Amino acid sequence: MQISLSINGKRHQADVEPRLLLVHFLRENAQLTGTHIGCETSVCGACTVLLDGKAVKSCTLLAVQANNREVTTIEALAKDGKLHPIQQAFWEEHGLQCGYCTPGMIMTAHQLLQDNTQPTDEEIRRGIEGNLCRCTGYQHIVKAIRSAAAKMHAAPAAVKEDKQPETVAR
Amino acid sequence: MAQRYIGQSVKRTEDPRLVSGLAHYVDDIKLPDLHYVSFVRSIHGHAKIRRIDNSAASKMPGVVRIFTGEDCRNVGSVPTAGALENLKVPHHPVLALNKVRYVGEPVVAVVAQSLYQARDAADAVVVDYEPLAAVVDPIKAASPESKPIHDEFSDNIAYTWTLSGGDVKQAFKDADRIIKQRMEHQRLIPVAMEPRGVIARYFPGEKELTIWSSTQIPHLMRTQVAIMLGLPENRLRVVTPEVGGGFGSKLNVYGEEALLGHIAMQLGKPVKWIETRSENFAATIHGRGQVGDVEIAIKNDGQILGITYKIWADLGAYHQLLTPAIPTLTGLMLPGTYRIPAIRMDVTGVFTNKMATDAYRGAGRPEATHVIERAADLVAQELNMDPVEVRRKNFPAKKDFPYSTATGLSYDSGNYEASLKKALKLGEYKKWRREQEKGRKKGRYLGIGISTYVEICAMGPSPAMPAGGWESATVRIEPTGKVTVLTGASPHGQGQETSFAQIAAEMLGVDLDDVIVIHGDTAIVQYGIGTFGSRATAVGGTAVYRAVQQLIKKASVLAAHLLKLPKNQVAFRDGKFYSSSNPEKSLTLQEVALASHIAKNLPKNYEPGLSATYFFEPKNFTFPFGAHLCVVEADRETGSVKILKYAAVDDCGKVINPLLVEGQIHGGIVQSLGQAFMEEAVYDENGQLITGTLMDYAIPRAMDVPWLELDRTETPSPVNPLGVKGVGEAGTIGATPALVNAVVDALRPFGVKHIDMPLRPEKIWRLMQKEAQ
Repeated sequence: MQISLSINGKRHQADVEPRLLLVHFLRENAQLTGTHIGCETSVCGACTVLLDGKAVKSCTLLAVQANNREVTTIEALAKDGKLHPIQQAFWEEHGLQCGYCTPGMIMTAHQLLQDNTQPTDEEIRRGIEGNLCRCTGYQHIVKAIRSAAAKMHAAPAAVKEDKQPETVAR
Repeated sequence: MAQRYIGQSVKRTEDPRLVSGLAHYVDDIKLPDLHYVSFVRSIHGHAKIRRIDNSAASKMPGVVRIFTGEDCRNVGSVPTAGALENLKVPHHPVLALNKVRYVGEPVVAVVAQSLYQARDAADAVVVDYEPLAAVVDPIKAASPESKPIHDEFSDNIAYTWTLSGGDVKQAFKDADRIIKQRMEHQRLIPVAMEPRGVIARYFPGEKELTIWSSTQIPHLMRTQVAIMLGLPENRLRVVTPEVGGGFGSKLNVYGEEALLGHIAMQLGKPVKWIETRSENFAATIHGRGQVGDVEIAIKNDGQILGITYKIWADLGAYHQLLTPAIPTLTGLMLPGTYRIPAIRMDVTGVFTNKMATDAYRGAGRPEATHVIERAADLVAQELNMDPVEVRRKNFPAKKDFPYSTATGLSYDSGNYEASLKKALKLGEYKKWRREQEKGRKKGRYLGIGISTYVEICAMGPSPAMPAGGWESATVRIEPTGKVTVLTGASPHGQGQETSFAQIAAEMLGVDLDDVIVIHGDTAIVQYGIGTFGSRATAVGGTAVYRAVQQLIKKASVLAAHLLKLPKNQVAFRDGKFYSSSNPEKSLTLQEVALASHIAKNLPKNYEPGLSATYFFEPKNFTFPFGAHLCVVEADRETGSVKILKYAAVDDCGKVINPLLVEGQIHGGIVQSLGQAFMEEAVYDENGQLITGTLMDYAIPRAMDVPWLELDRTETPSPVNPLGVKGVGEAGTIGATPALVNAVVDALRPFGVKHIDMPLRPEKIWRLMQKEAQ
């Protein structure tokens, strides 16, 4: 099947098997290996990306379902060599250890903070429930998202700049 | 003097690549002409293989070759390092021969040009099995009536092992009371977020095989796989790229690692296999799996005179690297934080039709801590004493350290009262006891659990280890003054690229950014042991420390020569060599490094270049300790348990990076919480793994976890010059009994004395349906 989709603002066209998973398309065809595969059953969330600005698990979407849509992966968050405030907060608060769940966790946090600019700790925990982390015990992840929220809320202008075109469209 | 890096919460140097999605795990490595391997694995717990029919599969698109056990007869047995007397070691083929002995055992390997083609073809392979009765329960498996699962042995008992210290008979004779309890430590599945993965590539010209693998032990694995393949060790290169968590599950040598090497050599093509999550559940090692009877001899004042513990260890079908050794660690640590003069542990290691158990975070020590800390609470309940007082009564005092246990260990340093006191304050013990009292009158069931733990870490002195317990480091100052550290440790999330750089930068007086830490490539890094057993900082960090010391010593000789001073008049401080009498006269480290490399003006007999290598052999283990306090509320209507407070005071000796230590403790406690409340690997009577996916096996999610309040005490270890002890497993070892003790305490009005994990709501609800006392 012929598909055409935008990944991180770049157009990709390919002839793919209808059964090809989106995550395999991202990792193998588009060579974007920041999106990880942890379970292939949409439980762990390591493969979370944004599809038209919404966090989705790319291991249980077909590449053909992303036809004519816009995908954002972890590789697109940093701009001009500067980390996105969520990435920066994960770094500062030690919100990661082995790093395998991290890209998915950050993409989920991205959506969470779009929907709720000042979440409580409980709302953060609920928001990342679809993402498993086996290393951190989540506490530093909660702190990181809390801190990113505070920074993004305090500096709305900077946040606007950091927003992806896809998320602005939402 | 405040230190610039050591002891500071430095942000990790490895993080920018990880938060940006730019790191390289095994699956992120692409090679030209890469082929893919997919496995056909046993669907039976125990069966004869009658026939394997590859005819349809081999005609499918993209299929290059299909391997069965017959095609791999010249690949050696998967190794075990457990060197116990009279250990039965069954042949452990990389692909099953004639019989399968656990669900998930690899039977056929299909190689194809793409992953999808490999999986399609694997589905088309037909294996004709004759199912056999499975042996699942370890106690039944040990009985003479049970049929042996390995034809070469007469029974399923792989070994028996006894550890005894002090006069056990006398202790039980002198006792006022004897408490008995059966306890079970359920099987757990480690679930590192990155499954295992292997790539193998063979260059016939260079006769060089390269294996990329997600492992905790690149060098040990290389030695073992070279032996399995009959390959000279120096023709095998093992590369460990980014590793997405291990928790012991990658402290192993797996059949797939050698098999991929074999396939790459046979086909002359690079091959890749990435474990699916289902394969990870069925065919990566499991943890725990002990059931046993504990007997405690006590005086009426709460003094513990002796303990015996007789267990059956559920080993699974074959030995993996450390399978038989794990329960022996339980025996060594059975005294816990107490002065117990008489101890005996009897282990019966049993083969069952399941995946092998092996080292999972804590590895035998969480079991010991759980037994002794549950025992302390059983004593308190029996004597109607405060569990805090039972603990205090039996602690060795600060002045008793180094403390010799009845199990033959020497605890390096400790102050158990100090950490307990701090934990009681942080956890507001007295307040919660009052709340509990008030609550019970109103039908509100609060429970308070305490755990005081000690763990055996920094593994370890080589005589006590199966394959060397030292660690290595090379430190180089490049001609431009940049510092390169090569460590034999193999971190996989712990952050040693940062903490080892902190050690080197502190000592050399350079910026952290000027230091790079390289690990996990046997072609670059000198032989090393790896990262496990809370050892990397205490053993590997010390190797870095010693290597830097040697380096400074060497550079001082050249600096003295260049400054035209006697050696004893040169001092090194803040990255500069000074004349001790005239500080104006100095050379930077960089200037000395350059001079050492261009080598135009060297002292007599001075070796050019500037690098030092040190292999550090520790004299003893280290013994981190701490006290955890947990407050829970159990709901009689639903059986659910809510954690109202969790306070942990841990002492891991001197701390290189407090932020990383916190992260290790958080993660460990939450894995404990998983064991205490949710996790259990369940096999049915046919040996089917019922909990084979993340849909059936619950690991903690963010919502399941309470806020963890942490504090520390700091008792330096005398075992190494940094005074560090290790922290990787502390949370997993210390937390489980605090959680379980809290729930048992909450259910005390219902006459409950002990509950086996996992404490699922159904279990709790049933126990709360009686009339409360």
